Amino acid sequence: MADSYYDPKDLRKFGKITEWSEELGSKFFDYYGKVFEEGALSAREKSLIALAVAHTEKCPYCIDAYTKDGLQRGITKEEMMEAVHVGAAIKSGAVLVHGVQMMNKHDKLSM
Amino acid sequence: MATKSLQAKGEDLAIANKQLEILNGGIFADGELPYFKDNIAKIGHFPLRPKKLEILQINVGYMCNQVCEHCHVDAGPDRKEIMTRETMQQCLEVIKNTGAHTLDLTGGAPEMNPDFRWFVEEAAKAGIKDFIVRSNLTIIRANKKYYDLPDFFKKHNVHVISSMPHYTRGKTDKQRGDGVFDKSIKALQELNDRGYGMPGSDLRLDLVYNPSGAFLPGDQMALEADFKKALKEDFNIDFHNLFAITNLPIARFLDYLIASGNYEDYMYALVEAYNPSAVANVMCTNTISISWDGWLYDCDFNQMLDLKVASKIKHIKDYNEDILNDRNIIISQHCYGCTAGAGSSCQGTVA
Repeated sequence: MADSYYDPKDLRKFGKITEWSEELGSKFFDYYGKVFEEGALSAREKSLIALAVAHTEKCPYCIDAYTKDGLQRGITKEEMMEAVHVGAAIKSGAVLVHGVQMMNKHDKLSM
Repeated sequence: MATKSLQAKGEDLAIANKQLEILNGGIFADGELPYFKDNIAKIGHFPLRPKKLEILQINVGYMCNQVCEHCHVDAGPDRKEIMTRETMQQCLEVIKNTGAHTLDLTGGAPEMNPDFRWFVEEAAKAGIKDFIVRSNLTIIRANKKYYDLPDFFKKHNVHVISSMPHYTRGKTDKQRGDGVFDKSIKALQELNDRGYGMPGSDLRLDLVYNPSGAFLPGDQMALEADFKKALKEDFNIDFHNLFAITNLPIARFLDYLIASGNYEDYMYALVEAYNPSAVANVMCTNTISISWDGWLYDCDFNQMLDLKVASKIKHIKDYNEDILNDRNIIISQHCYGCTAGAGSSCQGTVA
């Protein structure tokens, strides 16, 4: 048992989740693979979305995986950082838009 | 950016045996990852055997004007291994009689061999169907004596295949050295001016893309589309095809993988991406690699690992195609580089 919660080497073992539930694991990986295929969005665009979401989810495995995926697709570091900012903007926007609730409540409670 | 070859620095990894120790040991020896041999045995491809010979790949010397970080040849200005005219003459005898349809000259920078032009002129007379020179592009702009290379290539209808790691300056210069991008762009424009790489032109100009780091190449067609769009829009450059080639874990690239702590992850990535359907078409099944001193190898990578062909014919002076083709191909774990994903060869993907 590792003495920390995250071990980069665990990413290599991701596929093993299927061993304890063949049906669900396989369905998940089939779905996952299908999602990232070329479609109405290009695989390249999906990779950048995945990178942004990896950050908002703060998933270190996903960040490693989609940084590498981006490099493989020839995505530049500038493009990657812009994607991260998109995630950050939505995250901070999601916090700030609650400011309206605060303002509403403030005004309701105030004379 | 590297400035000297591993050999000039006296590094351990300049020694082929040290590289093989790494490739055969560690995560493979302790069973964490399967040996290449075991994987291809499962699909009935062990021992790996040649098919019809199609390509003669001649390495005319390890000298190069560049010292690229990923170079599997460990080439550079300090390498003195250069093919002599005598060995070239032995090669020409073979070229005249071979059943191969493609002659592929590589290096180092093949143009730096003092007998390069003589050899091209003589080899062109042999009338081989596809005559390739692997040019690093910057050599064309390196010195006045090379400025006429585009005309020379055109005169002999040479098929030019050139390395271009990325369509942005930063990524290219990081892998290949400062200024390489601008010189490469200029060289490509000059080749375009001669008709090379233009739509419908018989003067073939293909580009090679190697990842600039510890990751595998993405989809070749998608990369080609990105390269074409960017080079056309930014520099009005045309080319025919892009070959996405996987970096094999030998020589300088192996040194980089180990020094950067990426070796295990990279080998995992290669083994994970192992594609059984690529095995039947790996380039060693249709290619013979000839070194600057005339020895014969299954591929340029085996040449750098000093793994000579397992045949009683081992040298160009004794060349016999029938005997040579009846051999087992020598493999090790670096071979996973040619079977990852869509496969990889000097002509791009194979699966």
